[in-house]
Amino acid sequence: MGEIPVELKYTEAHEWIREQDDGTVEVGITDHAQVSLGELVFVELPEDDTVVNAGDACAVVESVKAASDVYIPLSGTIVATNQALADSPGLVNTDPYGEGWLFRLRPNTPTQLEELLASEDYERFVAELND
Amino acid sequence: MVEFAGWQMPLYYGSQLDEHHAVRNHAGLFDISHMTVVDVSGADAERYLRYVLANDVSKLHSAEDGQCRALYSLMLREDGGIMDDLIVYRLSANGYRLVVNAATREKDLAWLLGQAGRQSLEILERPDLAMIAVQGPQARELVAQTLPSGEALLALAPFCAHRDDETMVARTGYTGEDGFEIIVAGAQAPALWAELHALGIAACGLGARDTLRLEAGLNLYGLDMDETVSPLECGLRWTVDTQTDRDFIGRRALERQAADGVKFVQAGLILEGNGVLRAGYVVHTAGGEGKVTSGTYSPTLARSVALARLPVDAQNDGEVVIRNHRHAVRIVKTPFVRHGKIKVDLENKLH
Repeated sequence: MGEIPVELKYTEAHEWIREQDDGTVEVGITDHAQVSLGELVFVELPEDDTVVNAGDACAVVESVKAASDVYIPLSGTIVATNQALADSPGLVNTDPYGEGWLFRLRPNTPTQLEELLASEDYERFVAELND
Repeated sequence: MVEFAGWQMPLYYGSQLDEHHAVRNHAGLFDISHMTVVDVSGADAERYLRYVLANDVSKLHSAEDGQCRALYSLMLREDGGIMDDLIVYRLSANGYRLVVNAATREKDLAWLLGQAGRQSLEILERPDLAMIAVQGPQARELVAQTLPSGEALLALAPFCAHRDDETMVARTGYTGEDGFEIIVAGAQAPALWAELHALGIAACGLGARDTLRLEAGLNLYGLDMDETVSPLECGLRWTVDTQTDRDFIGRRALERQAADGVKFVQAGLILEGNGVLRAGYVVHTAGGEGKVTSGTYSPTLARSVALARLPVDAQNDGEVVIRNHRHAVRIVKTPFVRHGKIKVDLENKLH
């Protein structure tokens, strides 16, 4: 099921969420997700300052094989996107939790973070998918 | 690994994109043992195949010095729809070998047997044989180093094959590069694979096989053509031989279609901008609507390309809707890539 860092939060749509010191959160797709998709050839990201709601499809990661939506884990405002992915979408494959981050957003209600999955919950969720 | 026509096959061994580039720049190795090999022999074999196949096997000279010729052909239904595409080799005066698709194996065998009637024929599937493709600019040289018949292999012209006991090496392929397809006894295949792999030839999966054939503008049965599609509408008119008055299955239907006027043609599409064209997308053109029959990301062009069935009046450009956004596509003649070179003009942008 790939690597699942303990310090991150997760969603059932296979996104990870990292709390930043400045109160924003960084979002990407999990190792499990990138393995399932295969090598990415194209990433479509939202615009900065876009106001987004939890559950919105806001980005697309596309591999040779398939396209997959990325959903907003927390309502808020997009504050940054990973411009390096325009030329190197493969960063999501090689470093999904680091250089392959997708976007950062400032949540309206930071307490929503607590509703996301902890690493052990996500690990159990992926294990059940594979059964 | 993916399930494909009852076979477990790797989509990729490592990086699908690296495997693709290995074939364009050096050489790649494909296990294509899923392909169905059928030997047709007997006094009536030529007459039978001239009726069952849309291309004319009488163009295949009799085998000499272990060499034989290969022919790409379609097998048609009475209504002109495509049963399958295949390669036919002439092994001896009365012996032929067909290599058909794995996904169509059962229906093809039933069809071939059904057409045999009381003719003097033997139709024998050869599941004991394996098949390995070696493709790329260095492929022939590397195979020649490995097999005892090396010199004879280097002398093979395109679409010719050399046979040495059960090992048959044909200068054919499905990538747009030079190379060989090797048919070998199943028991010998693992050793041959290991030997070729040890020479630094990259193992390639089904994923690279698909991006390579699409760049080369080669149809995939089940997507770019099937029983509902006429050869006249999927770019394969050239494989239907009507030069003589030979009677073959589907001929009358195709002649009727040609007289009535063909409504669709096959063309290549290049997506302007980001995204990936996928099978089933609607293509809007000046001549009406068409459809993407297979699409992918082209590693060589670093953008998306597709094969499409378009109205005959389509002009040089069109539009495709991807996730509610309209994207411009350029309509081009295929192949996109051949022998490592880009064959379409990428600088000629629409905007």
